[in-house]
Amino acid sequence: MEWRRKHVLGLVDFLPEEIEFVVDTARSMEEVLTRDIKKVPALRGKTVVNLFFEASTRTRTSFEMAGKRLSADVVNFSSSTSSVTKGETLLDTARNIEAMKPNILVIRHAASGAPHFLARHVSCSIVNAGDGANEHPSQGLLDLYTILKAKGKVAGLKVAIVGDILHSRVVRSDLHSLGRMGAKLWLCGPAPLLPQEMARTGAFLTSDIREAVRGADVIIMLRIQLERQKTAYFPSLREYSRRYGLNREVFALAKDDAVIMHPGPINRGVELSDELADCGQSLILEQVASGVAVRMALLYLLAGGSHAAH
Amino acid sequence: MKKPGAKTILDWKGVERVLSRLTHEILEKNRGALEIVLVGIASGGIPLSRVIRKKILAIEGIEVPAGFVDITLYRDDLARAGYQTRLKRTEIPFSIDEKKVILVDDVLYTGRTIRAAMDALMDFGRPQNIQLAVLIDRGHRELPIRADFVGRNVPTSRSENVEVRVEGSPEEWAVLLVEAPTGKGE
Amino acid sequence: MLLIRGGRVVDPSARRDEVGHLVLSEGKVKEFLAGEAPKNFPGRVIPAEGRWVTPGLIDMHVHLREPGYEWKEDILSGTRAAAAGGFTSVACMANTKPVNDHPEVTRFILDKARREGFANVFPVAAVTRGLEGKEMTDFTELAEAGAVAFSDDGKPVASALLMRRALEYVRPFGYLIMTHSEDPELAEGGAANEGWTARKLGIPGIPAAAEEIAIAREILLARQTDGRVHIQHVSTKMGVDLLRMAKRAGLGVTGETAPQYFTLTDAALEGYDTNAKMNPPLRGEEDRMAILEGILDGTIDAVACDHAPHEDYVKRCEFTTAANGIIGLQTSLPLTLALTAGGKVSPVRIVDLLSAAPARLLSLTGKGTLVAGSDADVTVIDPATEWEFRPEEVLSKSRNSPFLGWKLRGRAVVTICGGKIRHSCVPGVEADA
Repeated sequence: MEWRRKHVLGLVDFLPEEIEFVVDTARSMEEVLTRDIKKVPALRGKTVVNLFFEASTRTRTSFEMAGKRLSADVVNFSSSTSSVTKGETLLDTARNIEAMKPNILVIRHAASGAPHFLARHVSCSIVNAGDGANEHPSQGLLDLYTILKAKGKVAGLKVAIVGDILHSRVVRSDLHSLGRMGAKLWLCGPAPLLPQEMARTGAFLTSDIREAVRGADVIIMLRIQLERQKTAYFPSLREYSRRYGLNREVFALAKDDAVIMHPGPINRGVELSDELADCGQSLILEQVASGVAVRMALLYLLAGGSHAAH
Repeated sequence: MKKPGAKTILDWKGVERVLSRLTHEILEKNRGALEIVLVGIASGGIPLSRVIRKKILAIEGIEVPAGFVDITLYRDDLARAGYQTRLKRTEIPFSIDEKKVILVDDVLYTGRTIRAAMDALMDFGRPQNIQLAVLIDRGHRELPIRADFVGRNVPTSRSENVEVRVEGSPEEWAVLLVEAPTGKGE
Repeated sequence: MLLIRGGRVVDPSARRDEVGHLVLSEGKVKEFLAGEAPKNFPGRVIPAEGRWVTPGLIDMHVHLREPGYEWKEDILSGTRAAAAGGFTSVACMANTKPVNDHPEVTRFILDKARREGFANVFPVAAVTRGLEGKEMTDFTELAEAGAVAFSDDGKPVASALLMRRALEYVRPFGYLIMTHSEDPELAEGGAANEGWTARKLGIPGIPAAAEEIAIAREILLARQTDGRVHIQHVSTKMGVDLLRMAKRAGLGVTGETAPQYFTLTDAALEGYDTNAKMNPPLRGEEDRMAILEGILDGTIDAVACDHAPHEDYVKRCEFTTAANGIIGLQTSLPLTLALTAGGKVSPVRIVDLLSAAPARLLSLTGKGTLVAGSDADVTVIDPATEWEFRPEEVLSKSRNSPFLGWKLRGRAVVTICGGKIRHSCVPGVEADA
């Protein structure tokens, strides 16, 4: 197939072939990362701007590394130091940056649909690095890639995702990437954080972590944030950890070769016990490596790959 | 199977003979097979480098290290490459430092692919030297690149394509000259 | 003198729906004539054959934005849009700047409207000072200054106790309190109807319960106080059900809805279209059908468009940040006329929804009727003409409408206010200066 997308706004409308194409490209990119000189000139002379309105060192650094490995010029713009706090609209901020002619804008924003809005108004390519509670497409892809590397396939695997499902854009992208490739998804969390409509996606819902983890091949733990809640969705972190934390005892219910994943950053002792975070079955660091490769693939496909896409 | 309008430049016996001569030339210039490594340029150079490796084994009894390199990420025309977006694999599972690298490709044309391959090799290490072996040199160089070992010189026009087949059983090998579908030969 | 000749005169107050001729004189309706048109009429003649002739339409839920937000709309542009939409009267909400919680502001609005308006403007004053929900306004002084009803619209009156006190207090005077029914805590942070569409788009939701709980509260307080309350912009099925129950129980509760709630659903949000963002939000298909049902069986008394103009740049942004609201004065009539399809709603009911009922609810004497002696506010409607709502047609200062580009059927072709022609798209009939 030929890559035709000008933007990567979400995985919601990605065909399985497109998902495979990105994963395949990521494999080639990962090879570059094993060399002594971890750089290829593919995006030489191109500019990637990281436009992060929400704090995130991890994702931003990952995109920055990805761009630099491809020899692109990478510029970081984060909201705490920016004009946004002076009341500038999102559109004005983006247009100002666009006037400096970047090739790709990587944007993370607290409002769902912000990248889609920008894509209508600026002429460069947009990559969604996380919009509100909507999607985080590169995370969805890197989670899939990580599982494929570890398990060889995704179809038929039981994948349990545990945590604040309601607010998680990672879950929604994972539903698209993993679900479309045939995984059986189980979503688990406290009832106020587990919207019933999610069952319409074909996923199973449960508020019992044992039910979710039993026989699972992959367990993805999500970070739980107390600070996010004005009026609490659950009583306390202690209570949350008791019901929804992954510890050795609960993990024992999973398959013997089950793997643990987490988009990071981890709340050790809350959603994931200390020992499990570092155990041999944890793929958390592998996810980070996969992340750079996947993001290299996305940047490459948008900037260098196909003239037809523009 | 021959397409209508295709002209056979080398039949399988011709390919066989040319490849043998090429292999001998490589061994002669490099005084044997001890310091050389073979790197095939994806995709056309890969089967070719396998054949050469096999011949070297038969002649010298030595298994020369062989790898292959995908030059897509080093192309100078990426943004315009609308027709070619799938990345291929690069595998060079040995050090090329201080080695004599024989770059192998099926057809030498503008020279841009070779330039990209050399850039890629430099990122893998510092070879002692790089030599270029091609089965067919079809002319029309756009960069100052020349092959050290040439199987056959074939003058072509830009509207033609050279097809090299060196896979499967030797009886199926051939080099054909065909009219390019869109007028720009590759 | 004006003769509106040969039209189908639809006047619910007189129980009239027949072809005839209407004579206007000195700012009043003189008489209705059946049979042949009078010959040699000494005045202007407006041909209305094939058209409806109705009492001037009244929209009881409009935001004119003046004073304070004149870049979005002002009394002149707002009433001009109203006249083009067939409206001869509008009731304007109090969330201006300063808030209309003081008679000076009420008088300012009336004065401006008198001098510049293309339609009658009836100010609705605030229930609480500054719309803060803490202290009642001086109802009597505001009413004497010209306020026709009271509402904190834009915001709910959050405190049940305060709402109770207000309802009790105004009861002896017969003042009407109208409510934007919403539980602010349940709705907080939401930007669209909580449901599958919002879930798909990752947009935080406003549960239907936020409106339903508030409507239930108003109804039960009306019952407690034996008071009168009018529910604005009903958008939910349960809201309609509660209203129906209240009416059956004989309570003094009335309700209105806006055309967007029986025309669109939250499916209009696809692509994060901010022109579909409003409060209350567009709901699901089940709610839309329930609103239609409520109109058909009389549960809903009036249609009021909640005209809420906003400048481009507060809509041209990410969905959760965008302002709530759409303009509606020029599309309300055709969208409501669509209800007549299949004979479901009669022309008399349409006129009741858009004119007679608002006049009744707001106690506007001489309005919403064409009986002899009533004010010469008349709308001539072509119910069949097809037209496209293009951006160039918009007379409001703002263009925030999800109906732009729609092909609509039916339109007001002549609007007469106080005997003066305020809008005409009939060739040969010129609007008065």
